[in-house]
Amino acid sequence: MIEFKHVKKAYQDNVVIEDLSLTINDGEFICIIGPSGCGKTTTLKMINRLNKINDGEILIDGENINNIEVNKLRQGIGYVIQQIGLFPNMTVAQNISVVPNLLKWGKEKIERRVKELLKLINMPYDEYAHKYPRELSGGQQQRIGVLRALAANPPIILMDEPFGALDPITRDILQDELKSIHKQLKKTIVFVTHDMDEAVKMADRIIFMESGNILQFATPEELLNKPASPIIKEFLGKISYSHNANDLTCADVMRTKVFTVNRKRKTLECINMMNQRDIGSVIVVDDDDKFMGIVTIETIKEKGVPGALIEEILDRDVKTVLINHNAKDAFDEFYDSKLDYLTVLNRNKTVAGIITKTSMAKALASLVWGENNDS
Amino acid sequence: MIVSFLNEYGSALITAILTHIKFVVISVSVGFIIAFILGIVLSRLPKLSSIVIPILSVFQTIPGLVFIGVLFLYTGIQDLTVIIALSIYAIFPILKNTYVGLITVDKTLIEAARGCGMNKFQILIRVELPLASAAIVSGIRMSTIYTVSWAVLAAMIGLGGLGEFIYRGIDTNDTALIVGGAIPAALLALAFGFIIDKIQDKLTPRGLKRE
Ligand SMILES: Nc1ncnc2c1ncn2[C@@H]1O[C@H](COP(=O)(O)OP(=O)(O)O)[C@@H](O)[C@H]1O
Ligand SMILES: [Mg+2]
Repeated sequence: MIEFKHVKKAYQDNVVIEDLSLTINDGEFICIIGPSGCGKTTTLKMINRLNKINDGEILIDGENINNIEVNKLRQGIGYVIQQIGLFPNMTVAQNISVVPNLLKWGKEKIERRVKELLKLINMPYDEYAHKYPRELSGGQQQRIGVLRALAANPPIILMDEPFGALDPITRDILQDELKSIHKQLKKTIVFVTHDMDEAVKMADRIIFMESGNILQFATPEELLNKPASPIIKEFLGKISYSHNANDLTCADVMRTKVFTVNRKRKTLECINMMNQRDIGSVIVVDDDDKFMGIVTIETIKEKGVPGALIEEILDRDVKTVLINHNAKDAFDEFYDSKLDYLTVLNRNKTVAGIITKTSMAKALASLVWGENNDS
Repeated sequence: MIVSFLNEYGSALITAILTHIKFVVISVSVGFIIAFILGIVLSRLPKLSSIVIPILSVFQTIPGLVFIGVLFLYTGIQDLTVIIALSIYAIFPILKNTYVGLITVDKTLIEAARGCGMNKFQILIRVELPLASAAIVSGIRMSTIYTVSWAVLAAMIGLGGLGEFIYRGIDTNDTALIVGGAIPAALLALAFGFIIDKIQDKLTPRGLKRE
């Protein structure tokens, strides 16, 4: 349990937090949200004493944090920052083991822990443990940043806009992963964000701050239904329903139920499946579900010989779009191609969905006439 | 011509090169130890450094000749005189690079390290020095190459090294002697540079190398 009791914080003469009291329970996922400069980072960094408080007290499990040796305190609290802050001179494994090393765990125990953690986020040990941060993508780097915070199994994790610098798709994936980690490991997580979508998605309870004060401390549902102040209402206004046609992405106009076949399927099987579903072509993927190309029923009839595999005749040279691209581009692309649908890919080349005339029309209709419940 | 020069002076040349190397290695090592410690200390004291570093850089501009001359009045003709003078000259490039290397380490990394619960010493050893190492080594490289040329001055007070060839050449108007001292000195500087580059390449983790 983390308790703030009448906490005050000033930078020189500038009082940024006057009198802050709050209680966070064990295992809660708390998001702190509010306009820029309202004191979110300041509040977070008081918990691991990166910021000194001027008055009041902060207790963890009833103990005043000023009575705990400062480095011991920090070794017991995970800390993740927006700038990621992985040490570039250390490998992935070394970065993850920083705190266990400070705690003087044995070599084997540390290695076991690193393996266990990498497994948690599906990054194979053999492939990644000995890479350096700059050899990873931004999303992978922040995954390692999260693992570094989790490494010594601290009960509390502090996160300061950890996904703020990532692209929307990667951010979404990391949010899901963190949510699942929180469910599995039952940590107390204090997560700063300025993105209401993120707060609503992640939090058990949300702290809405403004000028160093708490305007509302409530569950997402309560905050959405009964915002306690006009400032919160305005913040909620920015939540994503406010799409206009120019910022629709492919994700907004695609259909996600897609039929794909593995490259090793026989051509005859495919014809059967296509007939059953009454479709004229099919998307072929490899063993990792990555997009390879498209086969039409005409091609199979033309080139297919009994026993041939679908990968032998597939058309690899087809237009695709990335899920986060503007829908308008997809639209143009779509009308230039002869196919009656356009394949939408995730960053990792797996199939996210397809855009058809129908899916496009539905998306546009919902924009014009308001939300439409299905997709 | 080269053959006859080597016949006549070969063994003297080898002795001179070895003496030269001795002066360079000892002076740069001593200079490095002082500069490294001072650089670390100054990087913790930014206010003091903004005064101290400009003053030191002025000292650097006193000609070596003047300095070695003055010093030799006190310590006399011995290797120590040369080594003290060269060491002092070797300090500044290393000091400056150590200092700059340390204060330019990304502040968010230092905060990340504090957030992990490292104490100041651990942050220095595990984060700051590794990240400053490229700058420090390039300071050592600079000092070494300068010292090779400054060590020529050792001959001025009769303590040998490649300078002896050069001074004798000047005295006797013998171009072969001057060139015979200058070329090995230049090659020596290149060789030291090359060796330091190799060592640096070996020691730098892949994560810090430039593409
Ligand atoms: N190190 C500092 N020195 C002086 N003022 C600071 C410092 N850090 C933050 N502040 C001030 O404190 C206020 C709150 O900052 P911060 O906690 O970083 O806000 P947020 O994270 O909500 O954007 C701001 O007005 C900011 O200018
Ligand atoms: Mg902030």
